[in-house]
Amino acid sequence: MTVTTDQEHRARPAGGSGSRKLLDTVLKVRELAIGAVLVVMLLATQLDNSDFLSQQGIKDLLLNATILVLVAVGQAMVVITRNVDLSVGSTLGISAFAAGDYLSGGGNPLVAVVLAVLLGAALGAVNGLLVSLGRVPALVVTLGTLYIIRGLDSVWVGSRQITASQLPSGFAGFGHDGLSVIPYLALLTAAVLVCVAYYLRAYRGGRDLYALGSNPEAARLAGVPVRRRILTAYVVCGALAGLAGALYLARFGNVDSGTGTGYELTVVSAVVVGGVAFTGGSGTVYGAALGALLLTSINSVLPSIGVSSVWVQAIDGFLLLLAIAVDRVVALRVADLLRKRAAETRSARHA
Amino acid sequence: MPDTTVKPPAAPATGSRRPGPRLSGAIRWDTAVGTLLVVLLICSFSFVDNFGNALNISFLIGNALPVALIALPMTALVVAGEIDLSVGSTAGLSGAVMGALWNDGLAIQVIIPLCVLLGVVCGLINGLLVTRLGLPSLAVTIGTMAAFRGVAQIVLGSNSVTDFPQQYLDFGSGRIGGTFIPDAAVPWAVLALVAVLVLHATPVGRSLFAVGASQQAARFAGIRVKRLKLSMFVATGTVSALTGVFWALHYASARYDNATGLELSVIAGVLLGGVDFDGGKGTLGGAIAGVFLLGALQNVMSLVNVSAQSQIVVTGALLVISVLAPRVGRQVAQARARRNAAEDPPPAAPPPS
Repeated sequence: MTVTTDQEHRARPAGGSGSRKLLDTVLKVRELAIGAVLVVMLLATQLDNSDFLSQQGIKDLLLNATILVLVAVGQAMVVITRNVDLSVGSTLGISAFAAGDYLSGGGNPLVAVVLAVLLGAALGAVNGLLVSLGRVPALVVTLGTLYIIRGLDSVWVGSRQITASQLPSGFAGFGHDGLSVIPYLALLTAAVLVCVAYYLRAYRGGRDLYALGSNPEAARLAGVPVRRRILTAYVVCGALAGLAGALYLARFGNVDSGTGTGYELTVVSAVVVGGVAFTGGSGTVYGAALGALLLTSINSVLPSIGVSSVWVQAIDGFLLLLAIAVDRVVALRVADLLRKRAAETRSARHA
Repeated sequence: MPDTTVKPPAAPATGSRRPGPRLSGAIRWDTAVGTLLVVLLICSFSFVDNFGNALNISFLIGNALPVALIALPMTALVVAGEIDLSVGSTAGLSGAVMGALWNDGLAIQVIIPLCVLLGVVCGLINGLLVTRLGLPSLAVTIGTMAAFRGVAQIVLGSNSVTDFPQQYLDFGSGRIGGTFIPDAAVPWAVLALVAVLVLHATPVGRSLFAVGASQQAARFAGIRVKRLKLSMFVATGTVSALTGVFWALHYASARYDNATGLELSVIAGVLLGGVDFDGGKGTLGGAIAGVFLLGALQNVMSLVNVSAQSQIVVTGALLVISVLAPRVGRQVAQARARRNAAEDPPPAAPPPS
């Protein structure tokens, strides 16, 4: 987790005009703030309960976070374009079952993962086509596909269930083992995270997503292929939800028709807590990943310091509210500052 | 009041005269949904066994009532360009508080006003965050959705409270005499009448349409946008809390997870009824028709043994179609208009969309 923030700092090009630097600082502070909250929280818990950060404890923290981080990274891409994908929970569920069904029939684990990713990408493409071609509000359409995919999943799965005993032992091992304290799943997730972050920062397609989110009309006039970019974001989001489904299967070994229900809200919370604004055009996938890590860590921290688990949901909700409120206040302050700077430069030029 | 005298010029153009001129000859979406509801009811009466008896109809209406209740203020909110996803959680919280206070031995006549007051507070939280901080209502209400549900869980834990006084339970699930009308449908009808009048026949309603069409223009026209939106959030919270009370009585059980997912049914119904998600367009009659169309469809599908899972698919598909169809229609109409314009060159300026 600290690794990602470090990369974030090194990667950001220094320089640019004063306002640019100011904005950069704020964005960095944003991710730093989540990171600091996370570290403080973990250390405090460790002081209270010395077993918390044991080798197994760290491994559990990372394992719990991986699936949410993956979905949050995909969701962040969509939210950056000022859209949203609420169907990720359903996509995760149906991909997990598809992979499990294939594996329990004696399939190859690698093919199963590819299958889950492809299924997710296809479902993402449906969402993307509806949003980009139909020009309908993303919230409503993906709410609809949330129902549709969940319904299809339930009809297909029925009362069947995939259990760990039906899976090849190597696959389940992949879900639990790792290099010392770092699970393989976390390594895979980190690799995906770094790739997506690099694409968003360094490639034209990635920058276009931000342009689209900041001002769709201006982006269109500037020649950004709006439909194709939105479609790409949704396909990646769906594919990552599918991959997360395969990893879910590897981690828990237990999939039924209810897998992933209600996941979309956790994902959206993680993304927004991580500083990817709902209004589009800002935030990074590192932030989203940190947000996901923070939310899953809270879920592990509360029981281990003896707080009843009934508090978890309320705390998640208040955290989300706090995050967006603080974001907003900071944004207003920055806008004020920038305006003042601009006014100063202008008067200096005139003088 | 001075603001209402300034506004009328802005409102009529955006509100009641819906798509009309654009799709000449095409029917309005909300009347289409209403017709579809009537057709569905007639077909079900004729062909579906056990649909037509009074008991089943009262079940249909009773199950749709919570959704129909919240749809009233939600329509106003969506017309004004906002949305509230926390309604289900507010209802759950209100039910949980009702159960907890009842366990503590308070009189039910005291508890119900307290629950309504709680709804006002929930609405205020949403409304103040949206209007004073300028946050998107979607993000705020996703947050409060988790927060309110979480508080409900803290208040009641995993208990369920069922021993409410019998006369209240009878009101929640009874029907008038031997007819098909549930007792609770009467107060709902009164509320619905009030809501229709407010939305479609008062300055407040016209202001809501104006705000939804263009917030900036509405502000310049002297409408107190923030106060109006805040009051709509409060109304939504209040009605949601009432719904929570009704839910607990209707199903004779107050639990923290009551009314989970209710927000989705409400929004599906409202949008199906032709209320534009972007604000400024829609009728309450359409929204009510949409809610009861979904309710009737679910009832009929259960009767003809369509599994609950397939019902979810149908709900989702209807939701997608309800937003997709008007847009596709609009695009076709625009394309036709463009072709017409190309044939006989217009004098100037493209038509405002």
